[in-house]
Amino acid sequence: MVERTPFLNFFTHLILFVGFVFCVAPFVVVAIAASHNLRDVNDVPMSLLPGNDFWVNIKTAWTTADLGPKLLNSFIMAAGVAAGKVIISALTAFSIVYFRYPGRTFIFWLIFVTLMLPLEVRIVPTYAVVADVLSPYQAILDVTGLSWLIEKVSGVHVSLSLGLLNSYTGLIMPLIATATGTFLYRQFFLTVPDELTEAARMDGAGALRFFIDILLPLSRNNMAALGTIMFLWAWNQYLWPLLITTDQSHATAVTELKQLIPNVGGIPEWHIAMAGTLIVMLPPLVVVVAMQRWFVRGLIATEK
Amino acid sequence: MEKRVTFSKWTIGILFAVPQLVLIFTFFYWPAGQAVYWSLTLQQPWGGGNIWVGLDNFRSILSNADYWNSISASLVFAAISTGLAMFIALVLAALTDRQLAGSRLYRVVLIWPYGIAAPALAMAFRFILAPEAGFMAVVNRVWPGFWDPGLDGADAMASIIVAFSWKYVGYNFIFFLAAFQAIPRSLIEAAAMDGSGVIRRFWDIQFPLITPTIFFLLVINITESFQDSFGIVDIMTAGGPANATNLMVYKIYSDGFKGLDYSGAAAQSIILMLLIIVLTIFQFRFIERRVHYR
Repeated sequence: MVERTPFLNFFTHLILFVGFVFCVAPFVVVAIAASHNLRDVNDVPMSLLPGNDFWVNIKTAWTTADLGPKLLNSFIMAAGVAAGKVIISALTAFSIVYFRYPGRTFIFWLIFVTLMLPLEVRIVPTYAVVADVLSPYQAILDVTGLSWLIEKVSGVHVSLSLGLLNSYTGLIMPLIATATGTFLYRQFFLTVPDELTEAARMDGAGALRFFIDILLPLSRNNMAALGTIMFLWAWNQYLWPLLITTDQSHATAVTELKQLIPNVGGIPEWHIAMAGTLIVMLPPLVVVVAMQRWFVRGLIATEK
Repeated sequence: MEKRVTFSKWTIGILFAVPQLVLIFTFFYWPAGQAVYWSLTLQQPWGGGNIWVGLDNFRSILSNADYWNSISASLVFAAISTGLAMFIALVLAALTDRQLAGSRLYRVVLIWPYGIAAPALAMAFRFILAPEAGFMAVVNRVWPGFWDPGLDGADAMASIIVAFSWKYVGYNFIFFLAAFQAIPRSLIEAAAMDGSGVIRRFWDIQFPLITPTIFFLLVINITESFQDSFGIVDIMTAGGPANATNLMVYKIYSDGFKGLDYSGAAAQSIILMLLIIVLTIFQFRFIERRVHYR
């Protein structure tokens, strides 16, 4: 603006700078604490000059919490959720926007309602479903009498069962089962000009061809935005992986962090804990910094 | 809004929706229904199916002092952390939107906290706020016994509020800044021509125009404070001391998976679901209003 407001400008700078410090301080403190040795990190007040043990601590944290495989698990889960969301939401939105069929509005609402109840809220029964993912279908067969009928006719006793605990599928699937991305695509598809569809149809393109050759390339920006926030969101999941990975081999980096909390009364190994924290917070931070544009855009577009 | 041009083979159209429908049926509708069923029945201790108990599960949790304690802790947490996170973010976004020198930097850095996993930042704050090491130890040295989240419930609550607010300042900042930048520059310039100052313009133009965003964030922050708090509570306080930070989702988790009381946990889930549904419906009313503003 054109006016001169030196007094106000001073306060603007001051407050923003304080905000900046509060925002960055935890990162800095974690990094500095991770560079101290056991004695220095527990010093009161802790020295803000970095110590010399950074790489040693990182190494210790890495081996104590077995972070190598855990980071890989986190990555597989996050990438799986992001990819699944990007693909499945696109398919659904295409179906809702570009076709007229009976029950379309019903399907729309069926999907819309899933926005209301986050996984954390229905965690106990979802866990039961993942423990045996075919149980809903078995129950339906039982209740409708179909399993009885099949047993009478063919003599085969139907018992469907498939446990997904401690598997990547079990980690990923329930996190995909929400509507977030669908509406992002829907909003975008509605802005695609009808003339484009008409032209494609006139050139003899069917629904599938139009979807793959025209619609998907047009939605590249949406895919990047959705992929970024879904990757971050899945990486940062805690309760769900904590529950379903009873076996260490599928635990994620974020859940492993708990192993590093110093016990009350034990040796206060904060330098190791902070080194582990630093390792776990770094990948999402890198994604935020590198993909800032998509991150902000995806966040604002999906929540609306 | 509807498309004018569509494809005629609607059987293919339905096929496109099938993957999503199967997923949400299996992992959303079935579990949600299951929760309702469990909340109305009681599992028999040695197997043999569930017996119907009607609303008894609800009666027993609603008459349980621990549950009410958990609700009030959740509400205190939601109110203070939402207030803090939103107020700080609003101020920072408004000032960044003045676009003085350096505002580019703030725009980038101030959103970082939202990218961090709740348990990771909880770990960082557990150290920073630890009574015997880190920074609160300095305060404790001056006033011995002033700060101990391991023993004092209020201190523990304050710690999780600080950690949660830190993350959501980043989140709210993104939305507030976007809202400020969506206000047409010409409006503000016109007001400046008429001689209104920076603060005057904020209250008379910018603030009214971003009220829809404020309502929207209010609801999101409250619902997130119910869910995203789990990691923070689990790492920082584990619900303690003496249940002072035993928030609703944490209690569902500990009752259901540590106490193995599925029926009680299911009944609590239903109550939380209702709470969130009410909030969401509330939010959609305000979204209607947002359309009205523009």
